[in-house]
Amino acid sequence: MSGVAGSRQRFLGRRSYIELLARERARAVLDAGTFRELLGPFDGLKSPWLPLQGVVAQADDGVVIARGLIDGKAAVVAAVEGRYQGGSIGEVCGSKIAGALELALRDCERGSPVRPVLLLETGGVRLQEANLGLAVIAEIQAAIIALRRHVPVVAVVAGIVGCYGGMSLAAALCSTLIMTRQARLGMNGPEVIEQEAGIAELDAGDRALIWSLMGGEQRYATGLADALLEDDVDEIAAEVRRAFANPPGPARSEQVERFAERLARVDVALPPSPRALRDVWRREGGA
Amino acid sequence: MERLSFTYPARERLTRRAHVGVVGSGDLEVLLQPSSDQHAHVSVTTSVDGFAAVWKNVLDRFFGRFEGAALIEINDFGATPGVVLLRLEQAAEALRA
Amino acid sequence: MSAVPALSPRGLAWLRALTGQEGLAVTGPRTVRVADAPLGAETARYIAVVPDAGNRFPRARQGEVGVDEAWALASHVRATVAADQGVRARPIVALVDVTSQAYGRREELLGIHLAAAAAVDAYASARLAGHPVIALLVGKAISGGFLCHGYQANRILALNSPEVLLHAMSKQAAARVTRRTVEELECLGERIVPMAYDVHSFARLGLVHKLIEGINADAPVGADVERVRAELIAAIADARGGSRDLGQRLRSPAAQETRAASIEVRRRLSEQWHAS
Repeated sequence: MSGVAGSRQRFLGRRSYIELLARERARAVLDAGTFRELLGPFDGLKSPWLPLQGVVAQADDGVVIARGLIDGKAAVVAAVEGRYQGGSIGEVCGSKIAGALELALRDCERGSPVRPVLLLETGGVRLQEANLGLAVIAEIQAAIIALRRHVPVVAVVAGIVGCYGGMSLAAALCSTLIMTRQARLGMNGPEVIEQEAGIAELDAGDRALIWSLMGGEQRYATGLADALLEDDVDEIAAEVRRAFANPPGPARSEQVERFAERLARVDVALPPSPRALRDVWRREGGA
Repeated sequence: MERLSFTYPARERLTRRAHVGVVGSGDLEVLLQPSSDQHAHVSVTTSVDGFAAVWKNVLDRFFGRFEGAALIEINDFGATPGVVLLRLEQAAEALRA
Repeated sequence: MSAVPALSPRGLAWLRALTGQEGLAVTGPRTVRVADAPLGAETARYIAVVPDAGNRFPRARQGEVGVDEAWALASHVRATVAADQGVRARPIVALVDVTSQAYGRREELLGIHLAAAAAVDAYASARLAGHPVIALLVGKAISGGFLCHGYQANRILALNSPEVLLHAMSKQAAARVTRRTVEELECLGERIVPMAYDVHSFARLGLVHKLIEGINADAPVGADVERVRAELIAAIADARGGSRDLGQRLRSPAAQETRAASIEVRRRLSEQWHAS
């Protein structure tokens, strides 16, 4: 485990990862000069559903699939573009992710491992594609679980969108989950909770509260993420390599007894503050 | 949502293609590739209706300097004319890079 | 705030009808019911999520899958897989009537995303281990609730009933988020198949192995229950004869038509996978 890597002195030398578009992010985690995009913008696979609802479609439907190498080993990266439709998952872009993972699985089963990396930046299901969005998210989840038996599946959530909805489950299914301080991870977005349960339940405008619940630092401090990084391209690329070099144990989502025991330590009727929860769910081992 | 088409005469054959931008708030993406005839064909899909004259103005300006025989696809999410011109120039620049 | 929907007892009604049991586990929440019962020549494990007005999580009292429910689902499914190591993997039947996932502050604090992932993981792992996992939709199958309980099944069966509803978000919430009225959303669903809530439209996406017609979903009795049992047995046999992944969902005639883009993406991705 890496812990909070880097130091403030290197601030001037940093190159922001968060500011990069999905294509540049994918390029950044692959070995230099090995990026090869699949189903790129010129392949013309757009959402068939958005224009029917008067919404302009992006040529790659908001997901970049790239093959290349990571530390010299075959890899595939799926990067979600958070600036397009909030990184929402529709039929085409979700099928690109699921399909890429399914092909990686096929190669693994044939004895040619492929290192899969998910660069997530997503609000979850694209509401204009509703049931199909949910269906492809189930397919992405199925593919992660099957593939994880052969090779670590590594996810990065960096910000600024964060990772929500069914894709937060996908992130939690991964072998290794890397976050930045600017990242948020939760099943339900703050706005959705406020709409569903009222402002007394959660004030979506209270940024400090939202970050204290779902921010990368909190998720890392309570053992729900494996690494907490600064917004730095080199650090993120290095952490992805570490995740493959030192294969992790079972994914969190497989460790039912361990997490049930953790939950039993919490008084649900009077839940602790996010800060106090860090003491109850202190990181175990590492960091 | 509105779809618009424009055609301009062209003199220069292209061999490469370029993609810039993102269909995000106030932004657009431009896909530029070689066309098979002596014209540049622009197809615009924009989220904002009723600005055909503004699009024509911006494209007139761009094609005042750009003479490539290109198929240009623009997917726009409410970009200002300034941003549109910037992205077109970035795409043209990427052809030369 | 949304109006409080009526408690929906369908999951429990069908659990009782198919197993003759209440399914209360010795430990764990009252909202997750598990029972074993004969099904054809073997024994199947049935699992249902049911409402509980006394749930210790107030946001999970209307049939939602909350933190406790998701961990309990994961635990029961994994226990089934562990118990069947080395013997024939028994069928697991998810009786689906779930309002949604639980929306709440303490849910997020306590990592409902991980709990839900654990439920997804358990069902998918059971499927990969050779258990025929069958989802039987008897009521609502909404959003994260359905992801946790049913969506990883080898085969999805559904009663053709107006109250079998499917969506990424409840109607009221989707209307608020997309700034449309519920009526506008319903109109949209008539034009845009994935936007519809009814099970018939859902089946048009190729996701339903069999739509079971003419069953009284609210009052499962007699011949109706026998017919559903027969459909479960047929689906289990079909699942055992097929692959353990979800690929079958894309091979149905309905998917060929409505999910043409999903199929095209995979085809062209495969073509481009290796550098030319």
